[in-house]
Amino acid sequence: MSEFTEFFSFSDANVRYVTLGSVLLASSSAVVGCFTLLRKRALVGDAVAHAVLPGVCLAFILSGTKNPFILLLGAFITGWLSLVLIDYITSRSRIKEDTAIGLVLSVFFGIGILLLTAIQHSGNAAQSGLDKFLFGKAASLVGEDLVVFGAVAVLLLATTVLFYKELKLLCFDETFAKSIGFPVRTLELLLTTLTVFAVVVGIQAVGVVLMAAMLITPAAAARFWTERLGVMLVLAALIGAFSGISGAFVSYTAPSMPTGPWIVLIVSMIALLSFALAPKRGWISRLLRQRRNRTQILEENLLKLLYQLGEQEEDYFSNRSLETILTKRNIPRPQALTGLRKLKRQGYVQHQQNGWALTAEGEVRGKRVVRLHRLWELYLTQYLQLASDHVHEDAETIEHIITPELEHKLIEELNYPSLDPHQTRIP
Amino acid sequence: MVGDAISHAVLPGIVIAFLLTGSRDSLPMIIGAGLLGVITTLLIEFFHRYARVQADAAIGITFTWLFAIGIILISVFAGQIDLDQDCVLYGEIAYVPLDLWITESGLSFGPRTLWTLGFVTLLVIGFIVTGYKELFLTAFDPAYAAAIGISTTVWYYLLMTAVSLTTVASFESVGAILVVAFLVGPPATAYLLTDNFKTMLLFSVGIGIVAVVIGYYLAYWLDGSIAGAVATITGLQFALAFVFSPTHGLYFKRRRTQVA
Repeated sequence: MSEFTEFFSFSDANVRYVTLGSVLLASSSAVVGCFTLLRKRALVGDAVAHAVLPGVCLAFILSGTKNPFILLLGAFITGWLSLVLIDYITSRSRIKEDTAIGLVLSVFFGIGILLLTAIQHSGNAAQSGLDKFLFGKAASLVGEDLVVFGAVAVLLLATTVLFYKELKLLCFDETFAKSIGFPVRTLELLLTTLTVFAVVVGIQAVGVVLMAAMLITPAAAARFWTERLGVMLVLAALIGAFSGISGAFVSYTAPSMPTGPWIVLIVSMIALLSFALAPKRGWISRLLRQRRNRTQILEENLLKLLYQLGEQEEDYFSNRSLETILTKRNIPRPQALTGLRKLKRQGYVQHQQNGWALTAEGEVRGKRVVRLHRLWELYLTQYLQLASDHVHEDAETIEHIITPELEHKLIEELNYPSLDPHQTRIP
Repeated sequence: MVGDAISHAVLPGIVIAFLLTGSRDSLPMIIGAGLLGVITTLLIEFFHRYARVQADAAIGITFTWLFAIGIILISVFAGQIDLDQDCVLYGEIAYVPLDLWITESGLSFGPRTLWTLGFVTLLVIGFIVTGYKELFLTAFDPAYAAAIGISTTVWYYLLMTAVSLTTVASFESVGAILVVAFLVGPPATAYLLTDNFKTMLLFSVGIGIVAVVIGYYLAYWLDGSIAGAVATITGLQFALAFVFSPTHGLYFKRRRTQVA
């Protein structure tokens, strides 16, 4: 616990740098990542991250110094070039985008490795530490790095806020953006530039491979919680910031632990939890929804069966045994029993010793399902000219979906019918 | 991109295999990595199909996550593991001749990696020859393949297993990233040169061999990494095919439109 308070008092300058640096980096790249994710180009971040290497090496060969700004400039140029190349290859040949990404990524990286090893073998003493540019050194951030991170983070955030509307339109409806005269090409370039910026700076903290995660993972996690872009951006930034802090904390308590991978691990865990637990879009809530639909269909089918039996004998409220119900339609027995018990709890049926009977509410609901079924059959035969023996299956499905409004519309449209195509009465 | 994902994601498999056996023998590592490769494809499928994550994001998240776990495992057991990030990422083919396979009686069979890679090559060729029809059909017309009773899922996972095997076997020599250049580069180049699948297979093998030979001399000349040089040449070949391919190249396409 003392470690915890010690860490969060930020009294140690090193802790301050590392934490602040990680947070700035993680949240600003998360914001940019949202746009690349929504444009379905999540993997370009990975490509840029790898393509940075030859730029760094070339800048070093040409300038002979390890001045971070010159190296960054080199990194920026090749990173940017790689994205332009990917676009060019996909638009001018039959190579698909993922192949183009893989190719550009690995070839650029290969060139980078070739140059790097050539530099290393050249015996130039100044070269040591060049490869640290690639593997990240979040734990040894210093004040100088922080200034760069801060500047880039502010730049990225300011640009997103400034061009929020334009970028939003670009992500969701490119054609419309073009048609109302937005400079789509320029905006795309802007987004590319932002991505490259985020990657070039971020790489120094988490390394080549994990940079992709800093862009995509918080954005993908945030996407599951909201349908609004603004909320998504804020959420992604928060998720990024949180994992930045936690990553820094872990490597503070256990000094041998690398900060970057821990940030990625934590952000991935958040993403996994979001995929599973998020309301509406999450996996579990979708499973629940599917189950609810299935039970609804089962219940309505049971009520319908009871109602149809009632129609045959012109007596809606007397007892039917389970066997009688199941002769009309083959529902697995245990399933039918659970359904009936549930209906009883909801007050739609009653259970007596020799069977099940509809209650008044049950009769109304059963009648409605039967009515919808027959209305739909009639609609299909009249308006789509389908043969009357082809319409049953379709009506089986739609009878559970039609809303009361649609029901009124159907009745109106069919001119208040009384008989369905099989000449049975519509209740 | 699945190849890229697998090549990164096998890292924890290699580390775990290493921890369990305590040796750098190739076989347990290949098994560990192969397993992880299959798990990676399963995870990507799962995220994409059941959690409805968009496909590219599912790939990106899965491999970075597994890679991070791998690096953390390395750091945890740093004292016991003779693996480092540089080696994992770049590999060094130049050390291959140094790691000899010598039997207890002192008989030398030459470089160990040569044997592993040779074995994997034979395995892959065998796989393609025996499963050619199925692979061909699932690649081009999955619906038809399913209709005549070929399980597309089984063949997909078999193919992915082959990809992870190849990746793992090569990665000691060329590293996790450059392996992607070898996986993607020659086929993409061949794809621009021909419309026939069999020709494409042969072309890509030929292109790969040429790239290795030229790349080796380039590396020798620059005194740099061999794998990096070969990847560079692969990119160059693609650029040439991209511009000058008689059927799909930019140059001839433009000429054709001018004539027309």
